[in-house]
Amino acid sequence: MSNLPLLSLLIWLPILGGLLVLAVGERAPVRPLALVVSILTFLASLLLYTGFDATTAAMQFEERLSWIAAFNVFYHLGVDGISMPLIILTSFTTVLVVLAGWEVIKERMAQYLAAFLIMEGLMIGVFSALDAVLFYVFWEGMLIPMFLIIGMWGGPRRVYATIKFFLYTFLGSVFMLVALIYMYNKAGGLFGVLDFHQLQLGLTEQVLIFLAFLIAFAVKVPMWPVHTWLPDAHVEAPTGGSVILAAIMLKIGGYGFLRFSLPITPDASMELDWLIITMSLVAVVYISFVALVQEDMKKLIAYSSIAHMGFATLGFFLVFSILRNTGELSGAAMGIQGGMVQMVSHGFISAALFLCVGVLYDRLHSRQIVDYGGVAHRMPIFAGFMVLFAMSNAGLPGTSGFVGEFMVILASFKANFWYAFLAATTLILGAAYTLWMVKRVLYGEVTSDKVAKLQDINGREFLVLGSLAVPVLLFGVWPAPLVEVMQVTIENLLAHITVSKL
Amino acid sequence: MPLETAEYLLALPEIWVLGMACLILVLDLFIRDDSRILTYLMVQATLVVAALITLAVQVPEPVLAFGNTFISDGMATLLKLFIYLVTGMGFLYARPYLQDRGLFKGEFYVLGLFAMLGMMIMVSASHFLTIYLGLELLSLCLYAMVAFNRDSGTCSEAAMKYFVLGALASGMLLYGISMLYGATGSLEIAAVASAIGAEEGSSIVLIFALCFIVVGLAFKLGAVPFHMWVPDVYHGAPTPVTLFIGSAPKIAAFAIVMRVLVDGLGGLVADWQGMLVILAVLSLAVGNVIAIAQTNLKRMLAYSTISHVGFLLLGVLAGTPDGYAAAMFYTITYALMAVGAFGMIILLSRAGFEADELEDFRGLNARNPWFAFMMLILMFSMAGVPPTVGFYAKLSVLQAVIQVDMVWLALVAVFFSVIGAFYYIRLVKIMYFDSPTDEAALQSNPGLRAVLSVNGLAVLGLGLFPGGLMALCSAALL
Repeated sequence: MSNLPLLSLLIWLPILGGLLVLAVGERAPVRPLALVVSILTFLASLLLYTGFDATTAAMQFEERLSWIAAFNVFYHLGVDGISMPLIILTSFTTVLVVLAGWEVIKERMAQYLAAFLIMEGLMIGVFSALDAVLFYVFWEGMLIPMFLIIGMWGGPRRVYATIKFFLYTFLGSVFMLVALIYMYNKAGGLFGVLDFHQLQLGLTEQVLIFLAFLIAFAVKVPMWPVHTWLPDAHVEAPTGGSVILAAIMLKIGGYGFLRFSLPITPDASMELDWLIITMSLVAVVYISFVALVQEDMKKLIAYSSIAHMGFATLGFFLVFSILRNTGELSGAAMGIQGGMVQMVSHGFISAALFLCVGVLYDRLHSRQIVDYGGVAHRMPIFAGFMVLFAMSNAGLPGTSGFVGEFMVILASFKANFWYAFLAATTLILGAAYTLWMVKRVLYGEVTSDKVAKLQDINGREFLVLGSLAVPVLLFGVWPAPLVEVMQVTIENLLAHITVSKL
Repeated sequence: MPLETAEYLLALPEIWVLGMACLILVLDLFIRDDSRILTYLMVQATLVVAALITLAVQVPEPVLAFGNTFISDGMATLLKLFIYLVTGMGFLYARPYLQDRGLFKGEFYVLGLFAMLGMMIMVSASHFLTIYLGLELLSLCLYAMVAFNRDSGTCSEAAMKYFVLGALASGMLLYGISMLYGATGSLEIAAVASAIGAEEGSSIVLIFALCFIVVGLAFKLGAVPFHMWVPDVYHGAPTPVTLFIGSAPKIAAFAIVMRVLVDGLGGLVADWQGMLVILAVLSLAVGNVIAIAQTNLKRMLAYSTISHVGFLLLGVLAGTPDGYAAAMFYTITYALMAVGAFGMIILLSRAGFEADELEDFRGLNARNPWFAFMMLILMFSMAGVPPTVGFYAKLSVLQAVIQVDMVWLALVAVFFSVIGAFYYIRLVKIMYFDSPTDEAALQSNPGLRAVLSVNGLAVLGLGLFPGGLMALCSAALL
C-alpha cells in the first residue's frame, strides 16, 4: 500500500476545489474547473477500489493524527468493505451532478458548483471518519451546503422545504451527539468508533443509545414515520440536489446503522429489531401505495426512494430473527449484503430517475404527470433510458434493482414467511407505480403542443444517462465485484454483533 | 503592611490602563475634531501595550498581592488577553459608525477604557470588595455609554432601565456579600472558602447569602428570570455600545462567577448547583423561544445571548475542572461570535440608517457574497453547527454535563438548541434566498472590512483547529 493519504485527498480535493471555484467567481469558466475537480476526485476514488484488500475486515487506507488533544479526538480515517463502495458512488454521482447542471443553472453558477463540490468532500468524510467527533462534524457540516442548494436554486416552496429539511435532520442528530458523548465518558475518554464497538454496555444504556441513533439515522434514511421531509425536499430541490439527496444522503442513514447501531448496541438491536422491521415493512408496503397516487413525478420517485430504502433497513435487521428462527447465520449475511447492494443500486437508479425528470423539467418546466403524454414519440432515445431505469426501479431481473431486492427477500424467507410476503409485494407495487408513471408520461398520444415540440436529449444528457445505465446493467448481471468487496467485512460484522455485550 | 514593588509589578497592566485612560482623557481636550483619530490610535496602542505587559508579568503559579485583594493567575492572564482583543475589535468596528453620525468623540473611547479597567479588576479580584469595585466601575461606564447618543430618546430610555436594574442587581450582590461577611468573618475569597470548608453542613445565613449573590450574578449575566434588561438595552443602545456590552463584559462576568462561586463558595456547590440548573434551563428555554418572535436583529441577538448564558451556566454547574474549562471556552468563543455579529450590523449601516432589522439583510448574498458568507459562518456557529467553533463550545459543555451524570440536562440543552437553530437559519435564509431590496453600498472602511473578515474566518478556523484554545482554557484553570 502506498503512503499517499488517499482518503484525505478524496475529502480535501473537492472541498478545496469548491473553494477555488468560489474564489475565481462567476465570470471565470467555472464549469470546466468544477468538472475537472470532480473527475479527478472520481479517478482518485477508483484507486480505493484497485488498492482495496477484500480478504480482510480491518480498516484500510488508515490515517490517524491527533486533532483535539483536550478531548482525545483524532483525525482518524479508514475504509472497509461497507464504506468503500459508497465513497466511489459519491464521487461518481458528483461528476454527473456537475454535468447535469451545465446549462440548466442560470444564476450563481460558481456558488452552485462549489456547494456540490464541498458537499462531496463532506460526504466522503462521513463515510471514512473513524472518530465520532470527526464523523459528527462531517455529518452536520453536510447540512449547510444542502440547505443552501435547496433554498437558493429550488422550486417555489423551497424555503419551507429547506428549513424543514434542516430542522428535521438537525433534531435527529443532536440526540446522537448526546449518545456519542455519553459513550466517550463510558469508554474512559475515547471517541474512536472502533473503541465504541468494543465498549461494554448494559441493556438499558444500549437501548437508549440505540434509540438516539435510531432518531438520527431514521430521519436520514428516511424511515416511516419520520420521512415527511423527504418528498418536500425532493420536489423543491434542483435536479442536482435531488440526485445527491437520493443517491448519497439517504445512504448515510443506512451506513450509520451498519457502522454505529448494530456493532455498538447489538443487544439493543436484537431487542428492538421488531421495531425496525415493522418500520421497514410499513415503508415498503404503505409508502408504495402512497407513491401510486402521486401526481408529481419527483414526489413519486421520492416516495419510491423511501420504499426502496425500507428494503435496505429490513435487510440489515433480519439477522436476529434469522438467528432465532434457524439458529445459524448463513442467511443473515445475505440480508445485510442485499441491503448494501440495494443501497448502491438505488443510488444509481434514483439518481437516474431524478435526472430523467430533470431532463423533462428543463424542457417543459413541469413535473406534473398530466402535463406529459406521448413523450416517446418525440424523444425516443430518452424514452429508452427512462424505461430502462423504470424497469430497474421495479426490480426487473437483469438490472441492479433486482439483485438487492432478491437477496433481501430470500433472507427474509429464512426469518419469517410473512416478512418475505410483505416485502415481496414491492415487486408488484413497485412495478405498478413506476410503470404506470412511464405509461402516462412516455406513451399514448402526444397530448399537447408543448410535448409535440420536445427535442430529444443532447450529447451531454446522453452522456449522463448513459454512464448511469452502464452500472445499472453491469451490477444487474454481474454483482460479484460489489458483493465480493463487502463479503469479509459483513461476515466480521455478523460475528461481532452476535456476541452479546452484556 | 508595606507594599512591595513586586506587587505593583503584578498589577502593572491595570496601572498602565488607568494611567493611559486618564492621560487620554486630558489629551483629548486639546485635540481638534478633525484629528480625533489620534485619540483612537492612542487607545488602540494602549490595548496593545497592555497585552504585552500582561504577557510580560504573567506568573507560573497564582500569586496574591495587595493584602490578598488581587490575584494574578493563569485564568486572569488568559481572560485579560481576550478582553483586550475583543475590546480592541469593538473599538475598531465602532469608529466608522461613530464618524458617520458625528459621535466620534474621545469620551466613547475613554469610557470604554475605564470599563475595560473594571473588567480587568474583576478577573484579577481575590476579594469580594475588589470584585464589587471592578463591577461598579464597569457598570457605571456602561450606563454612560448606553446614553452616549444624548439626543436619542431610546438611548436614554435604555440607559435609564439599565441603570435602575443594574443598581438593583449591585444592591443584591452587595447584600449577599455583607451577609457572607457576617457568616464567615472575612471578605477574602480564600478565607471565605476555608471558613465554609471548616463548617459542618451549610448554615442558613450562608445559603441566604448565596441566594443573593447568585441573583446578583444572574442579573449581570442576563440569565432568566433576571434577563428583562437585556433586550431593551441591546435594542436601545447605539450599535457599537451594544457590541461592547454583548462581548467583553461576558468574559468578565464569567470570571467573577468563577471567583465567587467556584473559588469562594465552592463548599456550597451542592446548593448553587441546583440554582444554576434552574437558571440555565430557563435561560435556554426563554432565550431560544422568544428569539424566534423577534424581527429586530439586535433584539434577536439579545435573546440569543440569554440562551448562550444558559449554556455557559451548564458548564459551570457541572462543578468539575472540565466543566469550568468548557464554560471558559464557551465564553471566549461566544464573545468572538457576538463581536462579529454586531460588527455585521455596523457594516450594513450608514449615516441615517440602522441595519438592525432582519429585513435589512435581505439578499446580502447578491449584494456582497463575501460578507454574507461571514455572517453565515457566524450564524451557524451560534447555532452550534460544525465545522464552526460554536459546535465545539457546545460539545465541551455537553461533555462536562454528561460526565457528571446529568444526561437529562444535556438533552434539554440540545433540544432547545434545535429550536434556536431556527432563528439563526432564518437569517441565513433572508441573506441567501431572498432578493435584495436595498442596493446601497456597505461600509467601505478597510479596517472594518479586514477585521470583520478575520473575525469570521477565525470562527471557522477555530472550528477546524479548536484544540489549541481548548488546551489554553484547561491549562489556565490548573
